[in-house]
Amino acid sequence: MNTNGNLVEVRSLKKHFPIRSHLLFREMIFVQAVDGVDLFIRQGETLGLVGESGCGKSTLGRLILRLEEPTEGQIFFEGEEIGLYDSKRIRQLRRQMQIIFQDPYSSLNPRKTVGLIIEEPLIVHRVGSKKDRKDHVQRLMEVVGLRIEHMNRYPHEFSGGQRQRIAIARALALNPKLIVADEPVSALDVSIQAQVLNLLEDLQQQFHLAYLFIAHDLSVVKHISDRVAVMYLGRIVELAQKKDLYSNPYHPYTQALLSANPIPDPTLNRKRIILEGDVPSPIQPPSGCRFHPRCLYRSEVCAVEVPMLSEVEPGHWVACHR
Amino acid sequence: MGSEDQYLLRIRDLHTYFFLDEGVVKAVDGVALKLKEGETLGIVGESGCGKSVTALSIMQLIPSPPGKIIKGEIYFEGTDLLTLSEAEMRKVRGRSISMIFQEPMTSLNPVFTIGDQISEILQLHEKISGKEARERSIEMLRMVRIPSPERRVRDYPHHLSGGMRQRAMIAMALACGPKLMIADEPTTALDVTIQAQILELMIQLKREKAMSLVLITHNLGVIAETVQSVVVMYAGRIVESAEVRSIFAHPKHPYTQGLLNSIPRVDRDETKKERLEAIPGLVPSLLDLPEGCKFFERCPNAFDRCSEKEPSLMERGSGHFVRCWLHE
Repeated sequence: MNTNGNLVEVRSLKKHFPIRSHLLFREMIFVQAVDGVDLFIRQGETLGLVGESGCGKSTLGRLILRLEEPTEGQIFFEGEEIGLYDSKRIRQLRRQMQIIFQDPYSSLNPRKTVGLIIEEPLIVHRVGSKKDRKDHVQRLMEVVGLRIEHMNRYPHEFSGGQRQRIAIARALALNPKLIVADEPVSALDVSIQAQVLNLLEDLQQQFHLAYLFIAHDLSVVKHISDRVAVMYLGRIVELAQKKDLYSNPYHPYTQALLSANPIPDPTLNRKRIILEGDVPSPIQPPSGCRFHPRCLYRSEVCAVEVPMLSEVEPGHWVACHR
Repeated sequence: MGSEDQYLLRIRDLHTYFFLDEGVVKAVDGVALKLKEGETLGIVGESGCGKSVTALSIMQLIPSPPGKIIKGEIYFEGTDLLTLSEAEMRKVRGRSISMIFQEPMTSLNPVFTIGDQISEILQLHEKISGKEARERSIEMLRMVRIPSPERRVRDYPHHLSGGMRQRAMIAMALACGPKLMIADEPTTALDVTIQAQILELMIQLKREKAMSLVLITHNLGVIAETVQSVVVMYAGRIVESAEVRSIFAHPKHPYTQGLLNSIPRVDRDETKKERLEAIPGLVPSLLDLPEGCKFFERCPNAFDRCSEKEPSLMERGSGHFVRCWLHE
């Protein structure tokens, strides 16, 4: 299947989680976590994925890694359709794609030493001799800025930022092509965030990694991404080169997100777009354009027809009826 | 205390320590603050800097043991709160000074309705009937812009979204018309569009109710957009304090400068390959603080004196205070 040399490609991807109704109704209700997504990620690039709670960004990341099975649609990795892979082939695939989680406290096994945590992927995939693995772990620890002498320490002996470094070393162990970073710095203090972001950028250069960088912090995403996709209730509403998205956002939701993002400059006098209401639930999403109930510009067609992503400027895609 | 009565809140030389098996954690070690009526003060700092413990000290909610306010005075409307009995303090808490916390789900009682929780506060502080308390609860929910408050008043916390819960908490905090509200990371756990709503609400209510606000956060964007004056904390003490514009335009302490330089910005044009100027190293352990300046090990401008003696907070520029030997 031709995917134009893209590392990852996703077509019409859907993931609906069934919730068993606890009333007498026979019909299943579904959480429409991901509801028709098209995306691609190139080798060595960072695609930022932003959105608020419940938009489906984490689920999308997990689908690409095949940690979830798609309800509908296709997932391609290096041109091969992996949506249908069985567990054996997925296991092999996992050498190429890894994940870093948000919480540096729950994502590391508290009963294993740091050395063992980083070595584990090598053991699972039967890579190298014991000595090879030990050397590799040491090299990885150095690369992420951890002291080799700490190899036999346990996670609780490290700070949040150091634990994220351990998680990054673990993700790098098998030399993957893609790393899905799901809110990797959100739980860290500001000064540590900067250290970890710098590390991720250095590693990307050194190892030619592609990142799917999932986050809700627009400033962080702007800094690290090449292209950015904005998600709302299971769909992509805007996708563009970083510079274009931030300087010229088309979608009303993107505009509201950018407007809501507090800027550390007290001299600015911004007119804020304050959205009405809460982020709706992906269980009973609004009809037509999912954003229409909160949209300042909504018109009749918005409640009825689902807007498709269309290219409004070269490389800049928006799903909006305006 | 004649001349100092112009301040609604005045903290003098506060020291709050925690006595653990491992040693003594000097969570707050010599903090002084002043706040006038109607002012908004931001306390900025990262984990462990002592900002939350300062707030809890004001409210006298420090778990004791192992915590203890060793030293200091906290004057509120001229009275030192630390001299009050618990019974007297209970009359202050929730009525003259109230506090909202970061995680609304863990601060709201899950087995009582929102309405009951607001009514409880009203009936604790004022002699009103249950019916009147109920009516006022609905009014409070309306004031914090919760839609259909007559219905919502019967909801339990788990029926509400994060943003709604935080509004409910604000309603509880404002029920008795406090003079001072302390908000500890009130929007950190919320989505950014909801954060904007809540901050906007807090600013409006503050204006309407002529209230003072102490806002504790690590988010410099929130600070820039919400407060009038700022205090920067590090390892249990204040390292810099000034008007908000001064702090951002002329940060004097290397830690403040480091913080400002390390955050990614949407308002600046940058090519992707630019690295952030991260502050190296980690905050020292509060169990084992070094002599001298606590920021010494991470400071790009450090020199010998810094590790020997801790600088005091000095005024360098009108109303701009900094704790640093560079500015001696």
